[in-house]
Amino acid sequence: MIATMALPPPDPEFVLRGTAAPVHTLHFSCRSQEPEFPILFSGSANGLVQIWNLKTHRVDKTLDGHGGKSVYWVETIRGRDELLSQGRDQKICLWDLAEGRSMVTDSVSMDSVGFCRCSLLKMAQDRWLIAMPADDPDEVQVLELPSKTSVCTLKPEAGAKLGMPMCLKLWQPGFGACPFLMAGYEDGSVILWNLSMGKMLSRLACHQEPVMSLDFDSEKAKGVSGSSEKVLSVWSLDEQQNLKVHKTHELINSGISDVTIRQDRKILATAGWDYRIRIFGWKKMKPLAVLDFHTATVHCVSFSDHSRPSERLLAAGSKDHRISIWSLYNQT
Amino acid sequence: MWEVCQQHAQAASPELQETLLNKVVCLPDHLSNKLRGENLPIFLPQNYFPLLGTEIIQVLQRISDSLRGGLDCSISFVSQVLGKVCVHGRQKEILSTLVPCLTDLTKSDCIWQRMCWRLVECVPDRWMEAVVCGFVQAVPGADVLSRLLGNLVVKNKKAQFVVTQKLLLLQYSCPTAMLQNVLGYLALDNSRRFLLIKVLQELMETWASSSAVKHSPVEQQLYISKAILICLSHLKDVEIDSHRQELFTCVMEGMKCHLDSNLPRIRCLGMIVAESISSRINTDGPILKFQYEEDDETRELKSLLTQMPSPPSVISPPDEGKDSPSAVTEAESKPDRKPVAAAYAVSEEGSDSELDSDDDFIPYDMSADKELKKTKAPLYIRDCIEVLTGPEDVEKWEATMRVLETLIQRNTAATQEVSVELAKVLLHLEEKIYIDDFMELRQKALVAVTVTDPVPVAQYLTSQFYSLNYSLRQRMDILDVLALAAQELSRPKAPGKSKLSSVQTPYIQILPGSDSSKDWRRIVDERIRSKTRRFAKGQSQVELVCAPNKFSSVAGHFFFPLIQNFDRPLVTFDLLGDDHFVLGRLAHTLAILLYFAVNTVAAAAMGKALLEFVWALRFHTDSYVRQGLLSCVSSMLLSVPSDRLLEDVIEELVETQAWLADVAEKDPDGDCRRLALQNLLLMENLKTKLEAAPS
Repeated sequence: MIATMALPPPDPEFVLRGTAAPVHTLHFSCRSQEPEFPILFSGSANGLVQIWNLKTHRVDKTLDGHGGKSVYWVETIRGRDELLSQGRDQKICLWDLAEGRSMVTDSVSMDSVGFCRCSLLKMAQDRWLIAMPADDPDEVQVLELPSKTSVCTLKPEAGAKLGMPMCLKLWQPGFGACPFLMAGYEDGSVILWNLSMGKMLSRLACHQEPVMSLDFDSEKAKGVSGSSEKVLSVWSLDEQQNLKVHKTHELINSGISDVTIRQDRKILATAGWDYRIRIFGWKKMKPLAVLDFHTATVHCVSFSDHSRPSERLLAAGSKDHRISIWSLYNQT
Repeated sequence: MWEVCQQHAQAASPELQETLLNKVVCLPDHLSNKLRGENLPIFLPQNYFPLLGTEIIQVLQRISDSLRGGLDCSISFVSQVLGKVCVHGRQKEILSTLVPCLTDLTKSDCIWQRMCWRLVECVPDRWMEAVVCGFVQAVPGADVLSRLLGNLVVKNKKAQFVVTQKLLLLQYSCPTAMLQNVLGYLALDNSRRFLLIKVLQELMETWASSSAVKHSPVEQQLYISKAILICLSHLKDVEIDSHRQELFTCVMEGMKCHLDSNLPRIRCLGMIVAESISSRINTDGPILKFQYEEDDETRELKSLLTQMPSPPSVISPPDEGKDSPSAVTEAESKPDRKPVAAAYAVSEEGSDSELDSDDDFIPYDMSADKELKKTKAPLYIRDCIEVLTGPEDVEKWEATMRVLETLIQRNTAATQEVSVELAKVLLHLEEKIYIDDFMELRQKALVAVTVTDPVPVAQYLTSQFYSLNYSLRQRMDILDVLALAAQELSRPKAPGKSKLSSVQTPYIQILPGSDSSKDWRRIVDERIRSKTRRFAKGQSQVELVCAPNKFSSVAGHFFFPLIQNFDRPLVTFDLLGDDHFVLGRLAHTLAILLYFAVNTVAAAAMGKALLEFVWALRFHTDSYVRQGLLSCVSSMLLSVPSDRLLEDVIEELVETQAWLADVAEKDPDGDCRRLALQNLLLMENLKTKLEAAPS
């Protein structure tokens, strides 16, 4: 009897408490070798970025650079020595964290007041592209870092009525190839932009409501997006650069605030407004687990970048001020 | 012999013709009379009449030859032969050979066409009906019928009567294809179209007449609806325009009496026809739109409407022509499609092998993944009442509704303290917000309350059934709840243990003795079930485990207050008048209550009261009410002990038997007839049992 029944969902590996505010974004940095320890960056609603030591489960350092306004995107560049953080104070800060320092070395100010997270793509050694919402509410701006020169501004045609961009994902088909941008908009459509021409290649209306989050797997040319509705939409990109819906997956409760595909492209995780984290197999969208731990909306999910697959972790940050760390499906 | 026949096709004395006719048509009968067992197979009717058919064709062939040769010929003898054969009931045999040949021959030859028309026209009036009916049945389509009969309906009064009245209004046995033939035939020629319109008017009159709706069987109403829809499909917009006002009045009247009916099937028919007509007469204005459940019948009816009349010029060959290229293209396109699909499959597989599939991951248990509830459901009955009566809190309200039934069942004592109050709240509860299964939840909760505290709640509910200011819906809810609660109470159940748990515990060994007794009960139960018809849902699955029937002590509280007041009309509620639907439900509910009260002390008294109730209402015009009454009789016969029946109500029983026999024979409703027959059978059983007992 017991053998035929599915295992009960696992408990979190550990829980990080102490952000004292809803957690909006998480980012792992676990690649570095011993003696350095794996760390997790968290950005929360009180404007602090906290650096968690995943060995001791304590906060190592707290960065305060957004004047108490919520931080909703963090990402490292150059290993863990430099960090980008985007806040509701309409600023993107570049932090220098090398050798124990913690100071803002540079910042880019944005005029956008939306909730759209930026997206970063490494183009070459010491050259990155960052996509962010532009001054005009429906435009996306792409800058080159560290020079901060504008590469292009992606402006939808007049009358497209897309609304604001809600989520961005920069990607390139192969290293050194021409970069593309996937952007989800307020009207529920996902658009593929060609950055070198600054042109819209394909538009797919896959949701009725604003697209809250998306992730794209450039290898399989397949992506997934979630909105405030009850569905996850999986779409694919064909040879002619056309987006089309691959399948949709019905959820029990509505609202997806974040969706992330694991680096090995085997599973994906969603952060739900229903306080639950859901795990799916990426290939067929087979539901694998529903993790019911948080007591408020889950805002973000993130997979760790451990070089050994068996160590890989999943972190989820929630409005209930907690960060839960899970170890799932990594014994392959 | 055929020689003779052919000669006389031209001219002969009437007497001789008459004799010949007789001989020819009745040959098989005469021969079989004479020869008895040694009859030749060729003279058996099923062989002889097709032969006669081919011979008629040959005769007609010669006639046509002679006509071509300029000779004038009379065809009337052949017509007479045809007519007589048809009136002898051999239409099928003779026309099965005649119609295909004539269809072929008349396709391009106008002399043959004229001959064929003449052939039918010359059939004497007294045989016309048989011939026309035969043709209508035998032809494959309306265009063929039109070719064979010509304008017969316009020229011949008798044929006109048959086609426009008899086939459509006076009977309902023909298949749909035949209806389509008849109406298509009327529509095909301009000179006949006025008949089509006339037919539609008459059909609509019948459809809209309330007495027809009340007294004719459902099958006939279905037939008329079909005919109306086919007519509509044939009529042009201009024609409809000119009769818009008439149609409109008919629709209004007809809709009223159809929607008034207690039988869902008739309501549905009314809705479909009204919808279809309104969509035709209001081309630009708003059209009627009803909600009804789609089933095979409604789909069939709608398909009748959408099929467009084929224009007269188009005959079958071009149709086939049209079909074949499309078939070819389909065949061509198929191989094209396949490689694509195959390639797709291959690529899919390729990606499969290259990456690990999802199946490697074993999913965790996801059963806890339920819809998120923001608020917690209340834990006490009194809280529930507060929530349900208090200010609106949408989520709390829904959570309460969902949890109420289990709460009531769990806390018997707490419920009994507030049972009547809770029943009152539930009965008056309105669906403030939309919940999928609100009606069901409310009903379940009410049933649970009634079961927990039967006497006061039943008293309350039955008193409310006959009080002012309730909607029909609420009154019917009361009836449903009482019936379901009676079922629940009479169903044996170990106290405090749900059935599920007892099934899941495998430790309890059932003793062989009790096992066999269970079988015995089951067989009896099945026998009873096979002989009765029940209308409430789910109550046929009465599980019989030995336990006291809790219903027995309270049955009277359920039953008598309900049966008491049915003949006292209130201002807002008149069971014997307009509210006959509720009366029908009441009858059914009473039957169910008595059925569940089997083996109880009160059953005899209940049976007697019920019989009086039935007797008072036995000539009710509504078939649903009559069905209810008949099931009352069944349940009385089944529940009341037979010796009590004989002691108390023997005279009434005899009278009832006479009534049942009458219903079984004459009732227009099929279900009523069947139920009456079942009752008669039950009575018969009773009688045989009684005869067996004393001896």
